[in-house]
Amino acid sequence: MTNLSHLRRDFPILRREVEGHPVIFLDSAASAQKPIPVLDAMDRFYRSQYANVHRGAYRLSQEATELYEDARRRVARFINAGSPDEIIFTKGTTTALNGLSSSWGYDHLEAGDRIVLSMMEHHANVVPWQLVAKRTGAELVYVPLTTGYDIDLDALRSTIDSRVKIVSLTGMSNVLGTIPPMQQISDIVRAQSEAVLIVDGAQLVPHVEVDVQTLGADFLAFSAHKMLGPTGIGVLWGKPELLEEMEPWEGGGEMISTVDLYESTWAPVPQKFEAGTPPIAEAIGLAAAVHYLEEIGMNAIRSHDLDLTEYALHRLGEVPDLVQYGPTDIKSRGGVVSFTLGDVHPHDIATILDSRGISVRAGHHCAKPLMADLGVTATARASFHVYNGRDDVDALIEGLHEARSLFGLSEG
Amino acid sequence: MALDELYREVILDHYRNPRNRQPLGAPGAHADGHNPLCGDEISLDILVVDDTVTEVSIVGRGCSISQSSASMMSEAIKGKTRAEIAELTGRFKAMMDIDTEGDAGLDPDRPGSVLGDLEALQGVRKFPVRIKCANLAWTTLEEALGEAK
Ligand SMILES: Cc1ncc(COP(=O)(O)O)c(C=O)c1O
Repeated sequence: MTNLSHLRRDFPILRREVEGHPVIFLDSAASAQKPIPVLDAMDRFYRSQYANVHRGAYRLSQEATELYEDARRRVARFINAGSPDEIIFTKGTTTALNGLSSSWGYDHLEAGDRIVLSMMEHHANVVPWQLVAKRTGAELVYVPLTTGYDIDLDALRSTIDSRVKIVSLTGMSNVLGTIPPMQQISDIVRAQSEAVLIVDGAQLVPHVEVDVQTLGADFLAFSAHKMLGPTGIGVLWGKPELLEEMEPWEGGGEMISTVDLYESTWAPVPQKFEAGTPPIAEAIGLAAAVHYLEEIGMNAIRSHDLDLTEYALHRLGEVPDLVQYGPTDIKSRGGVVSFTLGDVHPHDIATILDSRGISVRAGHHCAKPLMADLGVTATARASFHVYNGRDDVDALIEGLHEARSLFGLSEG
Repeated sequence: MALDELYREVILDHYRNPRNRQPLGAPGAHADGHNPLCGDEISLDILVVDDTVTEVSIVGRGCSISQSSASMMSEAIKGKTRAEIAELTGRFKAMMDIDTEGDAGLDPDRPGSVLGDLEALQGVRKFPVRIKCANLAWTTLEEALGEAK
């Protein structure tokens, strides 16, 4: 068992009380809390190093540029990218996926082409593809899930053919916790099509060591705020030859080489994709978050997640009327547990837990297609990060027992 | 926060045994309400004859607060005139308004008599994120009444 409880003191918000209870934060899949090194790095930058990047010939701007580019290098190393130039800073996963759909998607799709998604995608990996499908006449195809809540590989095999130009899949489901076997998926996609494989890494990258050299993907998107970093910044990684070929999806300052009245040429990758003043302090905060995660070690984080998830599944299994949604094989899932409790609506569960200082998510989790597939309108979800422990799970279970008793559900 | 002030017995009773789910006897005015944040849904049909709501049919899916509020509302508005319903709606919304002092939404003379069971929802005011749930049926009602013109 990996004990990370000493890390709690790095998260000032966990010292806060809600309604006389200490904060028990079980909604990291929505957004994670921030450790002091991240807060300090951003604060230091604003107080003593702040200036715009890539512009000024003066000292402060030069320093800010170095910090910003250092952040790019750190993120590149974190996912083992071939070069920092493969790291594009975006506003987040959503912006990265929208950029891909409106640029790569729009330029490579024609009527009759297909975009393949799974039934467990976040709306951020659904709606951008609907938009480009509408503009191009391409068609969306959803790969169903197995009864074990994973992508059905046989169905995938029979779906992938030469009509498929884009396959975009979650690296880890924000509802079920499922971590699909991406290398196997990639082999199928490569063997049966020329499609690009995009991985929505919003949940995966904050919890599991990702090496883009072996992941099997062409593009990977993720958000800093779920990995203990700030809001307002995320990353699009892409294979260099694809980034080279791809047109920018936004125009403006910083991304040009020359600008004439009627035409312009683009700066080299990655600046080509970073129009306007970038989120500089956020990049520095992201670098600090990556450093923090690396110091703990992604393997330690993974085993901590597995330990907590296994414990949570075991304890939830003891609660009468509780139904869990997610793989039973612990190895193929991350630190997310979704459940319903008899006829106690997930919102009522969340309110009851909130009165004990416990934050969980209730609702459709921005995954309405999946909810429909599961035959529910909402679930309650608890999700973990480094600052959670078994005591948080115990508090959750106690709260669920109170919910059962308030709603008069009978024992056993 | 006192949870037992929120989850009163009447509320759970209406949640589990919602009233007035049967379809209308004759075609009336319809409105759908839904709260995109939490997915609560309400489908409301009313029959208005000579300015009076003579029949109500309401079905939905969602949390105990949204669904019990809908069920209690359906009982409270049946047989009432538009003017009476406007008054009731005003009182209910005042009861839900965090900025209203004390029990300003309730009848000062005969507490409990105007809103009836609905007063059980008073506790919701202490849970601001849930106020939207309680108000959903009432907002849907205003739309249906507009349709019925
Ligand atoms: C699987 C998944 N994809 C995409 C997103 C969107 O991320 P962001 O809101 O940071 O752009 C989320 C976050 O909720 C997510 O869980």
